[in-house]
Amino acid sequence: MQDKKTPERSIQRRTFLKGAALGLAATALPSRDAEASIWEAFFQKHFREMSEAEIRKVIGRLEQEYEQKYKKKITVGIEKPLPGVLFGYGLDLSRCIGCRRCVYGCVDENNQSKDPQIHWITVLRFKKGEKWVDLEESEKYYNPSAVPEEEYFYMPVQCQQCENPPCVRVCPTQATWKDEDGIVVIDYNWCIGCRYCMAACPYGARRFNWTDPGRKTEELNTETHYLGNRPRFKGVVEKCTFCIQRTRKEPGRYPACVEACPVGARKFGNLLDPMSEIRYAIEHKRVFRLKEDLNTNPKFYYFFAYGG
Amino acid sequence: MKNLIRNFFIAGRQVLIGDKTYYAWIAFLSVFILLGLSAYVDQLHRGLITTAMRDQASWGLYISNFTFLVGVAAAAVLLVIPAYLYNFKPIKEIVLFGELLAITAIIMCILFIMVDMGRPLRVWHILPFIGSMHFPSSLLAWDVVVLNGYLAINTIIVFYVLYQLSIGKEYKMSVIGPLIILSIPWAVSIHTVTAFLYNGLSARPFWNASILAPRFLASAFCSGPAIMLILFQLIRKKSDVEIDDRAIFKIAELIAYAMGLNLFLLGAEAFKEFYSGTIHSYPIEYLYFGLHGKTALVPWIWSATILNITAFFLFLFPRTRENFTTLNIGCIFVIIGVYIEKGMGLIVPGFVPDTLGEIYEYIPTTSEIVITMGIWALGAMLYTVLLKFAVPIYTGKLRFEMKEQKSYKASPS
Repeated sequence: MQDKKTPERSIQRRTFLKGAALGLAATALPSRDAEASIWEAFFQKHFREMSEAEIRKVIGRLEQEYEQKYKKKITVGIEKPLPGVLFGYGLDLSRCIGCRRCVYGCVDENNQSKDPQIHWITVLRFKKGEKWVDLEESEKYYNPSAVPEEEYFYMPVQCQQCENPPCVRVCPTQATWKDEDGIVVIDYNWCIGCRYCMAACPYGARRFNWTDPGRKTEELNTETHYLGNRPRFKGVVEKCTFCIQRTRKEPGRYPACVEACPVGARKFGNLLDPMSEIRYAIEHKRVFRLKEDLNTNPKFYYFFAYGG
Repeated sequence: MKNLIRNFFIAGRQVLIGDKTYYAWIAFLSVFILLGLSAYVDQLHRGLITTAMRDQASWGLYISNFTFLVGVAAAAVLLVIPAYLYNFKPIKEIVLFGELLAITAIIMCILFIMVDMGRPLRVWHILPFIGSMHFPSSLLAWDVVVLNGYLAINTIIVFYVLYQLSIGKEYKMSVIGPLIILSIPWAVSIHTVTAFLYNGLSARPFWNASILAPRFLASAFCSGPAIMLILFQLIRKKSDVEIDDRAIFKIAELIAYAMGLNLFLLGAEAFKEFYSGTIHSYPIEYLYFGLHGKTALVPWIWSATILNITAFFLFLFPRTRENFTTLNIGCIFVIIGVYIEKGMGLIVPGFVPDTLGEIYEYIPTTSEIVITMGIWALGAMLYTVLLKFAVPIYTGKLRFEMKEQKSYKASPS
């Protein structure tokens, strides 16, 4: 039996070696274009310091890189904040059933790594009647056969898009900033991966790519934004951007989590528009914001539409 | 120019000369450096997933070591103050070796930051002018300024003094005096800024206590001098450098005061946290007693506390601090005690429970430990090599030649 196996194995090994040698050659001797691209990526300037033409060039290079990597055309948008828009979010805790559809709707839309899993939304479960201000009583990994559960209630948490964001203040390279429409964004090509912002965020909203993000080509959302859901790299921080690729491109369009919610617990809109849904909720419901004592001034409002 | 090259070779040869113990020591360190390097290559390749850090506890062993070493670097100043301000001769002679330690510690700090970065090649983004340093908003930007400044000040002082000695001249206080005076507040600043780095985060109640910076300084003035006391004894034994016992005992006495202050500040913090018992006390509860059955740090922090208290008494009584056996036990106790307290004992509870109340218990992986040991080995090697130049120059055995330069100037052709 062993005799039979030996030649087969040696062939396998030879093919493997050949493949490995080719692979090594490919990394050791990159084609001229690839090498130029590496240097261009290395010397790429801060997003906000680039001219329109420079940005176009970067987008071209990125789209080319993504196409090589994923064998699929991915468009990278650079839509700017719309004048007169300040995005705000509302979450009706009396409606949320803890189904986590928002969590996975967000992952589908925003090209997070699926292996290992990265979620931008965390749903916390609290036992009714227990204290819940300190969040320490919450359960993140609840796994019942069906939701909602009689004796529990739920609170989804994601980036609160603070008006006074501690993460932006601490970033040593200005790789993260608050844009004019109130969205806190990250330039994944400028982030050095020091994770100071993660230590500073009071809402556990920031995620780090501890390894190369694992996402299959067929699962990729090809409509992306430079500051949003474009495919990320190992070693950089990412977070919720209110689906910047949707909300900036088509005014009025909802983020994916709002669309995914089966009970309508999620509201989204322009805080500067007095007729918007979010303004209605803030003006007519009992709203609160998470950890208001820290003065971060979130634009993410929790409220109770009805008792219970 | 010819002279410079020759002097360079004279200096370079120093590294190669040594007894068997020296070669064995260098070989021993090289093993750890290579192991650390290979683990780092793997970390670069696979990402920081090779560590035990995760989103819940996003800093760990690397940042802990960084914090401890900033303290060691800052403590060099403890020797500078009495040496120059009060002109306490026995210490003045050996300040040089403390400053070499500060240089080594800062370089190790920079390495620990580098291995902790997700994208180390982008480090230039943090620099002013060529990058986009977020100054003065980010305390990390401040840290870049003060740490590099401190490195520069100490390097200039040390190399100026060594160079003057090597050509047989006395160094001029008018040249380095202002730098030495500047290095005193600067040393305080590196540790204060590093404390503020954590202190300013309202999201982390464990760090968001105004006592943090004073505690940092007090503990640094224990661990740094303790390391130096051990090094002085080794240098004294291994070379012709004479270090007065009085200097050693004086430093030991200073450690006693610093440790007393450190324990007092710890007590003040413990009282506030445990007596008020708010939800912001969870991290310190986790540290000292464990939380929800998670007790990884508990044995460590109690060991540290006991070691620190024991060392305090060893250094407090003249009889035990002037006995080299008890003195060295005290030094080792202080080093281990502060390493735990100002390392993992400070960083990890900042993340436990995390900001959404989750308890993720961080325990470093082998890869992290191997890289950490590699940096320590590299630091030890750097200090050894620096001593290889500094000691013979200091004792007068190594002198550079300056004759040719003079003759060249005298007879221009």
